[in-house]
Amino acid sequence: MISFRAVYVIVLREFKRFFRQRGRLLTTIARPLLWLFIVGSGLTKIVEPGSKGSYMQFLLPGVVGMTILFSSIFSTISVVWDREFGFLREMLVAPVSRVTIVIGKLLSGTSLSIFQGMALLVVAPLVGLSVGAVKLVVMFFLIALVSFSLTAFGLFIAARLTSLEGFNVIMNFIVLPMFFLSGALYPVEALPGPLRWLTYINPLSYGVDSFKHVLLPEGARLGAEFSMTLDVAVVCAFAVVMTLLSAWAFERR
Amino acid sequence: MPIIEVRDLVKSYNGLEAVRGVSFEIEEGETFGFLGPNGAGKTTTISILCTLLSPTSGTAVVNGYDCMKDPKGVRSSIGLVFQEVTLDNELTAYENLKFHCYLYNMQRSVAEKRIDEMLEVVGLGPRRNDFVKGFSGGMKRRLEIARGLLHRPKVLFLDEPTLGLDPQTRSHVWHFIEELKKREGSTVFMTTHYMDEAEICDRIAIIDRGRIIDCRSPEELKSSLRGDTVYLETDDDQAALKELSEKLGLEARRIEGGGLALIVESGEKVIPRIFSGLSTGVRSVNLKRPSLDDVFLHLTGREIRDVEGSGTDRPVRGFRR
Repeated sequence: MISFRAVYVIVLREFKRFFRQRGRLLTTIARPLLWLFIVGSGLTKIVEPGSKGSYMQFLLPGVVGMTILFSSIFSTISVVWDREFGFLREMLVAPVSRVTIVIGKLLSGTSLSIFQGMALLVVAPLVGLSVGAVKLVVMFFLIALVSFSLTAFGLFIAARLTSLEGFNVIMNFIVLPMFFLSGALYPVEALPGPLRWLTYINPLSYGVDSFKHVLLPEGARLGAEFSMTLDVAVVCAFAVVMTLLSAWAFERR
Repeated sequence: MPIIEVRDLVKSYNGLEAVRGVSFEIEEGETFGFLGPNGAGKTTTISILCTLLSPTSGTAVVNGYDCMKDPKGVRSSIGLVFQEVTLDNELTAYENLKFHCYLYNMQRSVAEKRIDEMLEVVGLGPRRNDFVKGFSGGMKRRLEIARGLLHRPKVLFLDEPTLGLDPQTRSHVWHFIEELKKREGSTVFMTTHYMDEAEICDRIAIIDRGRIIDCRSPEELKSSLRGDTVYLETDDDQAALKELSEKLGLEARRIEGGGLALIVESGEKVIPRIFSGLSTGVRSVNLKRPSLDDVFLHLTGREIRDVEGSGTDRPVRGFRR
C-alpha cells in the first residue's frame, strides 16, 4: 500500500529544494532573529523598563513556534506549487497510492520544521537561557509533535487550494492570526476577553506553552500558563484530526 | 489481443459532453494518433486512459487492466508526456529521472543504468547534472520523453508533445521519438493538431467535437480524397459556386472565413477550365496535393487552423513559467 522508496524520494526532493532556494533559506534564518532581537529589544523597554532581557527570554519559545508554523505551512504550499507547475501530475500517474504521496509530504514538511526549530535553539544562550542535553531531547520531541500537527494542518489547506493567489489569503487570515494569538508575543492572560478565547481555541497556543515549560526558567515572571499534560494532549489531538482530514481531502480529489 | 481497447467512452462536464461515445482499439507496437482541433476531446480521452479522470460511461482497458477497476495496473504499464512541462526546475536532469525511478520502484542498479542510457539517447548526457531551469523548451521535452520511457512502459502517451516549440525543435523532437520507438519498440499513442506530425502514425483517428469521424492509415485517408484540392478566392463566392456547378459541373464547397475549395481528380487540367469558364472574378488560385489537412477539411467542412484560431493556450503557455 505504502511505497517507502517513493516516500523517501519525495522527502529527499523537498530537502534539496529547501537548501537550493537561497532566498527561502535566508528568510527562515533571518525572520526569527528579527523578531527576537529587534522586536524583542524594542518591546523589552516597554514591558519591563530597567530590567534586562527577560522579555526576550519569554519571546524565544514563541519564536520557535512561529518558525515551525511558517515552515510547516510553507512546505505544504509546495503541493499547490506542484499542482500549478504540473509536477503533481507526474506523481499522480505513478503507480503509488495517494496515501504514499500524503505521507511523503507530511514527513518532509515535519522534518524541515524540526530542523529549523532545533537550529533556532542555538541562540538560546544569547538571551541568557541555558539549554542542556535533557532539555534538547525534550524539545526535539515537542518540536516534532507540533511540526507534524501543523504540517498536517497545512496539507489539509493545500489540498483545497487551487492557486497560489490563495496563499496570501491563507497567510493573512490563518497563519498570522495563529501566530499573534498563540501567546508567543504576550501572555494569554494579558489579552482582552474575546481575544483570549481565540487563543484558547488555537492549537498553536498549547504548542508554544509546552516550549515555555521547557525553555523558561522556573518561577519566571512570564512563563507557561497551562499544564504540560494539557499542552501535549491538545497538540496530539490536533495532529490526529488534521492527519485524518488531510488524508481524506487528498483521497477525495 | 489489443493493448488498448476503448468502448463507447463518454465524458461530460456539468452536462457538456467533451467525449461522446468514442471506441477504438490499438495493437501492440502500433503508433496511433488522435488528430483534431483544440477542444475536440483528445486530452480528455488520454486523461481517462491514464486514470486521471473517470469517464461518465463506457470502458477503457490498457494492457489488460481496466482503467476504472485497476488504475495501479494501468499506471505501471504506461509512460506519459503531458502537454505542459511537468519537470522540477529546481532539480537537475539526473535528479528528475532518479525521482521517477524511485516513484516506479525500480532497483537502484537498474535505475542508474537506465538513466545513463536514456540521457544518452536524447542527447542530454553532457547536461546530466545541470539544473532543468536552464534548459530550453526542446531540451525539456526531450528530458520528459526520456523520463516517460525510463520504466519501459508498454504504452507511451504523448499529449501534444511539441506544443509551443518552434518548428526546428519540433522536428528535432519527432526525430527522437521515432528513434526511441525503434529502440524500445513500445506502443505510442499521441495526440496532435499538427497534420504533418500525424503522418508518422500507423493509424490516425480524426476526432472532432467529441467523436471519431474516421480512423485509418494516413495513406488510406489521403487516397480517400481521390485527387487534388483547388482553393479559389473570388470576388463573389456565392455566384462562383453557382457558376462552377451549373456551367462546369464542378462541386465546390465554401470554407469558413471566405473562399472556395474543390476536390478534383487532376488539378492542372481543371484550373484552365475554371479561368475560361467563370465570369466571376478570381483573385487567387491555389493547388494542393492531398494532405491530412484536406482530409480534415473534407470530413468536417472546417480547416483545423480555423478552429484553432480562438485557442489562446499556446502563446500563454509560453509565458507561464
